[in-house]
Amino acid sequence: MQRLTFIPSANIKKKPLPVWTMGTISTPAGAVLKVRTDLSRADIWGMVKSRVSAFRMNYIVMPGLYAVGEPTKECDVFVTANYKMSFDALRRELTGMNAWVLVIDTKGINVWCAAGKGTFGTDELVKRITEAHLNSIVSHRRIILPQLGAVGVSAGTVQKKTGFRVSFGPVRAKDIPAYVSSSYKKTTEMSLTKFSVLDRLVLTPMEINPAMKKFPWFAAVVLIIFGLQPSGILFQQAWYGGLPFLVLGLLAVFSGAFLTPVLLPFVPFRSFAIKGWLMGLVTNFLSAQFYSFVNTQDKLLLVTSYILFPALSSYIALQFTGATTFTGMSGVKRELKIGIPFYFGALGISLVLIVLFKIREWGLV
Amino acid sequence: MRYLRKMSTLKYCAEKCAGCGRCIEVCPQGVFVIRDKRAAITDQDLCMECGACAKNCDFNAIAVSAGVGCASAVIRGMLTGGEPTCGCGDASTGSGCC
Repeated sequence: MQRLTFIPSANIKKKPLPVWTMGTISTPAGAVLKVRTDLSRADIWGMVKSRVSAFRMNYIVMPGLYAVGEPTKECDVFVTANYKMSFDALRRELTGMNAWVLVIDTKGINVWCAAGKGTFGTDELVKRITEAHLNSIVSHRRIILPQLGAVGVSAGTVQKKTGFRVSFGPVRAKDIPAYVSSSYKKTTEMSLTKFSVLDRLVLTPMEINPAMKKFPWFAAVVLIIFGLQPSGILFQQAWYGGLPFLVLGLLAVFSGAFLTPVLLPFVPFRSFAIKGWLMGLVTNFLSAQFYSFVNTQDKLLLVTSYILFPALSSYIALQFTGATTFTGMSGVKRELKIGIPFYFGALGISLVLIVLFKIREWGLV
Repeated sequence: MRYLRKMSTLKYCAEKCAGCGRCIEVCPQGVFVIRDKRAAITDQDLCMECGACAKNCDFNAIAVSAGVGCASAVIRGMLTGGEPTCGCGDASTGSGCC
């Protein structure tokens, strides 16, 4: 891992270097790769793929020290995670500056999540500062960390072990130019996380994706239940009987994984479970209006849909707590303590009602 | 946006505070302000229990039971009997969150 940090010039030609690099700069500790500050088409495509898929799981930068522009001994050192999207967010904001970038190994996870896990942590930072021989590359003794890294890094310990004083910079990389030009003063604005509608919108694909991966199982169960006859499974019956439930299931996913996150501040109550349940209720109500089948065909199925799908939407919406900027663990535990028995209850009652429906369908009573 | 009321485990002891301002520097939720040369809590319900303040308070004036406010992590903690941990990045769990 460390090899790329001080590449002996002979080695550079052997290994294909990432396209975002541009030569090297020599330092007392060896050659350091220079990085571009403009994002190429490949960088942007990588960002899009990371937003929608598991591509993000292995989108990494080699840890170590990098140079931006023509940095000297006096220049600032910015620290970031080795998730490529975090690294890109930082380097594009350093356009026109001369600075050092120290990438620490967070196993390809972004700063905040890695800090929560401890991989963006005190020990890793101390190790990278030492291995990069930062004390011989810069003459000052200060490093700038992204503020959200503070969850994992104890500034006091880093200073004790390395002599470097940690400044926690802005939350968002885009505020770095303003932070630097105001002689490292943060405005309140720069310290607070935001969670705008756009922030929430870009997170929804990764809410919908995991839910949809489980959807085939739900679909299989629904089709079997509706197709099941004393004489075997009838496919036509499975399809016509099951289709409404499949559509309502899809809409519950849409309600929990998309509508609730996007409309988050506008949905009443603070609990994510209640928010998701309400949105699921509204979605189920509206779709039942358009879909006369559930109404006319069977009241039993209509009742089942109102018990099952808002609860499903609620459960999926609760998962979004992991993506927000403001939910705490104690609150989530409370929600689950009440939520989980409720979800199992809803599932149990739904199954009982479906069994009653089948009993009547088969003419057993 | 605020989460559930009166849930946060944040504890702050003003007597120990030296007024260095680190907590204000690290808190992403604006929970702390400096009042009369000491930190003060603005609104406890803003706290998301990330633990950055407690970790960086050199005077041990802040304590919080830190953890991830993530339902799937808490569920995983319940199932495995361990502490709730974010599965993000563990290829073994296949989790694609955060």
